Amino acid sequence: MDLVQLQRQLVDYRTSLYHEGFLDEQFTQLQSLQDENNPDFVVEVVSLFFEDSERLLNELSKALEQQVIDFKRMDAQVHQLKGSSSSIGAHRVQKLCIVFRNYCEAQNVEGCLKCLQQVKHEYGIIKTKLESMFQLEQQILNAGGSIPV
Amino acid sequence: MGLKLQQSYHHSVTLKVNEQMGTKRGYTFIQANRAWLPKFLLLWVMVMAFLSTWIYKKMDADNKVRRKEVLSSMCDQRARMLQDQFSVSVNHVHALAILVSTFHYYKDPSAIDQETFAEYTARTAFERPLLSGVAYAERVVHSEREKFERQHGWTIKTMKREPSPIRDEYAPVIFSQETVSYIESLDMMSGEEDRENILRARATGKAVLTSPFRLLGSHHLGVVLTFPVYKSKLPPSPTEQERIEATAGYLGGAFDVESLVENLLGQLAGNQAILVNVYDITNSSDHLIMYGHQNQDGDLALLHESKLDFGDPFRKHQMICRYHQKAPTSWTALTTAFLFFVICLLVGYILYGAAIHIVKVEDDFHEMEELKVRAEAADVAKSQFLATVSHEIRTPMNGILGMLALLLDTDLSSTQRDYAQTAQVCGKALITLINEVLDRAKIEAGKLELETVPFDLRSILDDVLSLFSEKSRNKGVELAVFVSDKVPEMVMGDPGRFRQIITNLVGNSVKFTERGHIFVKVHLAENPKPMEGPKAETCLNGGSDEDALVSGARQFKTLSGYEAADERNSWDSLKHLVADEELRYDASVKMKAADEASQSVTLMVSLEDTGIGIPLIAQDRVFMPFMQADSSTSRNYGGTGIGLSITKCLVELMGGHISFISRPQVGSTFSFTTVFGRCKRASFSDTKKPNAEDLPSGFRGLKAVVVDGKPVRAAVTRYHLKRLGMLVEFANSVKIAASACGKNGSSCGSKTQPDIVLVEKDSWLSGEDGGLSLRTLDRQQNGHVLKSPKMILLATNITNAELEKAKAAGFADTTIMKPLRASMVAACLQQVLGTGKKRQPGRGMLNGSSVLGSLLCGKKILVVDDNMVNRRVAAGALKKFGAAVECAESGKAALKLLQLPHSFDACFMDIQMPEMDGFEATRRIRMMESQANEQMNGGTEEGSIRTGEWHIPILAMTADVIHATYDECLKCGMDGYVSKPFEEENLYLAVAKFFKTKPISDS
Repeated sequence: MDLVQLQRQLVDYRTSLYHEGFLDEQFTQLQSLQDENNPDFVVEVVSLFFEDSERLLNELSKALEQQVIDFKRMDAQVHQLKGSSSSIGAHRVQKLCIVFRNYCEAQNVEGCLKCLQQVKHEYGIIKTKLESMFQLEQQILNAGGSIPV
Repeated sequence: MGLKLQQSYHHSVTLKVNEQMGTKRGYTFIQANRAWLPKFLLLWVMVMAFLSTWIYKKMDADNKVRRKEVLSSMCDQRARMLQDQFSVSVNHVHALAILVSTFHYYKDPSAIDQETFAEYTARTAFERPLLSGVAYAERVVHSEREKFERQHGWTIKTMKREPSPIRDEYAPVIFSQETVSYIESLDMMSGEEDRENILRARATGKAVLTSPFRLLGSHHLGVVLTFPVYKSKLPPSPTEQERIEATAGYLGGAFDVESLVENLLGQLAGNQAILVNVYDITNSSDHLIMYGHQNQDGDLALLHESKLDFGDPFRKHQMICRYHQKAPTSWTALTTAFLFFVICLLVGYILYGAAIHIVKVEDDFHEMEELKVRAEAADVAKSQFLATVSHEIRTPMNGILGMLALLLDTDLSSTQRDYAQTAQVCGKALITLINEVLDRAKIEAGKLELETVPFDLRSILDDVLSLFSEKSRNKGVELAVFVSDKVPEMVMGDPGRFRQIITNLVGNSVKFTERGHIFVKVHLAENPKPMEGPKAETCLNGGSDEDALVSGARQFKTLSGYEAADERNSWDSLKHLVADEELRYDASVKMKAADEASQSVTLMVSLEDTGIGIPLIAQDRVFMPFMQADSSTSRNYGGTGIGLSITKCLVELMGGHISFISRPQVGSTFSFTTVFGRCKRASFSDTKKPNAEDLPSGFRGLKAVVVDGKPVRAAVTRYHLKRLGMLVEFANSVKIAASACGKNGSSCGSKTQPDIVLVEKDSWLSGEDGGLSLRTLDRQQNGHVLKSPKMILLATNITNAELEKAKAAGFADTTIMKPLRASMVAACLQQVLGTGKKRQPGRGMLNGSSVLGSLLCGKKILVVDDNMVNRRVAAGALKKFGAAVECAESGKAALKLLQLPHSFDACFMDIQMPEMDGFEATRRIRMMESQANEQMNGGTEEGSIRTGEWHIPILAMTADVIHATYDECLKCGMDGYVSKPFEEENLYLAVAKFFKTKPISDS
């Protein structure tokens, strides 16, 4: 009984993520790349994304605390973040990164700080959401079911 | 080129201005001396006044000369006559003197006495009309006085009638004419005048005259003439003394000069006009008057003097003539001069007026000229302003739209989302309008530049069609495109602007068409346009044709069967095209030669719709900006009406022209020609085709049957299938197709068995026995399991019910929604045939992924990206298609891996990387390769492993796919780009270019 419900829950959850703009079609593309040869592809890439993003966010926070802020470097880092978020389809993070980069170009410290907070916030949300989704998937797999497409 | 044109245009504008300024400086003579004009006039008048005065003077002088001549001739005539008469009288007196000497002295006794003398002289007085009388005085010496007095009986008296005092000698008058008898016995020598006369006369022997004096009798002025009478014959040339000795007496006569002249003048004409005076001028200081009055009131200015010779050398006389009246004013001269002056004055005034007018006209002209230049400049400025402003508006608008997009991505309530979406839609509409205005302004300002790049016309038409497919499908309007095979695959031109033209026209048609079809046809303009087959004939033919009449409705041989405004797109003309194309292969060599010869190709594009048409009154202004058919149009259909004017401008920029035929409530057909450059074969294979989609080649040789009652539509379908390399046959109805299939299936076996059957929805529905036939087809399908043809339904729009029915009827495979596009058809066919792949392993992999897999399978690919996640995703994607992927996290690492020789088949390169970006890395790789190639070519020509040169395909991975980036990619030696994040189709397109031929060559 749980399996069907879990499966439905997963589908609903995923749909809501798309619907609310957390994820975009790139995530679908990502999922389509996962097959028998590469069963953990999505989780693998997403964890890479988490690692990379946390590193970048930390560096950005540090950079902003400096007396002399190296905007060029920050811009490169935000670019990185934008690239990886768009690669996994983290839509909101990606969009915020665009705004962030504009502030970096304008060397607007306040804007940067604000953006960093927002990015962190969004990143936290997407991380939680994705993790819970993976948990759901795991539960389904554990229960012996298949993940619905 | 465009740019140059645009610059030269600018130059020409400024030049024009300068030129006009120049001409302004170059005034005419009149213009340059405008201030002098009144002075010129004054000068003219003065000169003319002077001239007329001169004329007057000249004429007057002529008159005077003539007058003078007249006077002198008259005067001379009078003088001569006077002289003649005088000398006649003198001669007579001379004769009388000789008479006296002969008869008084030589005769003895004397034959003359007083009585005889008086008698004779009285009777001969007519001979001497001028003489009042003659008398003879004898010379008496004092010693003989007494004797003489005694002899005559009287004493000698003086002039005062007193007895004469004693003198040496006396000259008493002894004979006298009766008229002067009172002087008898008077001593002539007692008068001073007479004495002098007598002395001079006897000394010279000639007639002498006294000075004028009042005569005794008449009191007229007169002179006395005295002749000497000698008593003995004188010796020849006698001396003075001899003359005095010989003197016997003196004959004298009194000339009455006054009456003499009076008589004389009375005989002559014109004596009233002139005054005559006769003077004795012996004493040059005191002229004595002989005739006339001393104080005369005649014309003192003009006189003529004539000498008079009365035979006395001692006395000098002259005649002076004057006009009685002053010279009359010469009216002729005066009038002539005056008229001359008036005429000149008028001429001068006319000239002045003309000059003033010329100046005014020229001024006006220059003013107009200046205004014109200013107006033109203003027009250009307006366009430039519009262009600038539109551009300036666009920038913030993009910001607004971007922000709205961002806003829509945030958490919004449904109301907020609705507002934001509305705002976005409005913004987009505004941007579209601004773009149009900008285009229009750019064209007007001459700033629009046309590109010249190779592009695929067909794929652009497909793109445009796909743009409108949704709309047209919703309306139930068929949208179709047909390109003649003769149109080259690639042409040189501006794809963007061509797309804009097509989009505009198709957009318009879609907007105004509610039923029927929109049909775009492209063919070479050189094609003979088969215009035969007018409408009436079409109808007739339609009537006889089995499909043309469906349920009594009038059908036309157009795409959808609706009547069209122009017959050019109907089947009658199209079949010529199609037939022509089939014949073409025969003469292909010749055609090709001709094709290659010309540098450009002129295409005729016609676009037919069956919309509401354009009202006749509005047809004139269709191409004028902001003019719509009528004001209700924009209310009902929206739009600004700028589109067609832009289209016209663009078409003209492309070297063509646009026209249309429209019939209200029937439809419109727009046709235009454009000139494109022909692609050289060599460059064609070299150039990347950025806008040409590569159609999969997997359908080559497949056989398809198109079941469609409408030949035009069938031709369109065939055109798309032919592009995929398929062989196409037509069938008018399902029944015919079924029978054909059956025949083929049974008799000829699998070879000619169609692989695909495409059935038009109308044909399927209209055939009552459709279902039956399909089942027949199905049955036969069952008979030939391996070669069952795929049934595909073609439809413009289809309801769910119909879909169900279709599925039930056997169209299980798929339904292709119109408008047809080669790529879409390909995709659908891939889907249909791909599913059949498992059943038919020999068929090859036609599915997109499979194709990609086949392309990438076994290839070794290097992915260069500094972003770990991206790298992983790219690698994952490529791995999925069977490629062996290696990763490098920086440009430097990539360079290391790509040291020659290497075994990579391709490289995907991120552009934005720290330290060394993708462009730089590519440049270095290319450098390495070219060095290696040089060495290889120079050193061991056949020793290399590869037959070709080193050239690894490098594809850029970039998130922003703007054109500039793409250009930059090509510049630094990349072969193409894929947009990040990876998408399957995208990846496929990029990779296909490089690996397309490899599987064939490898196998």
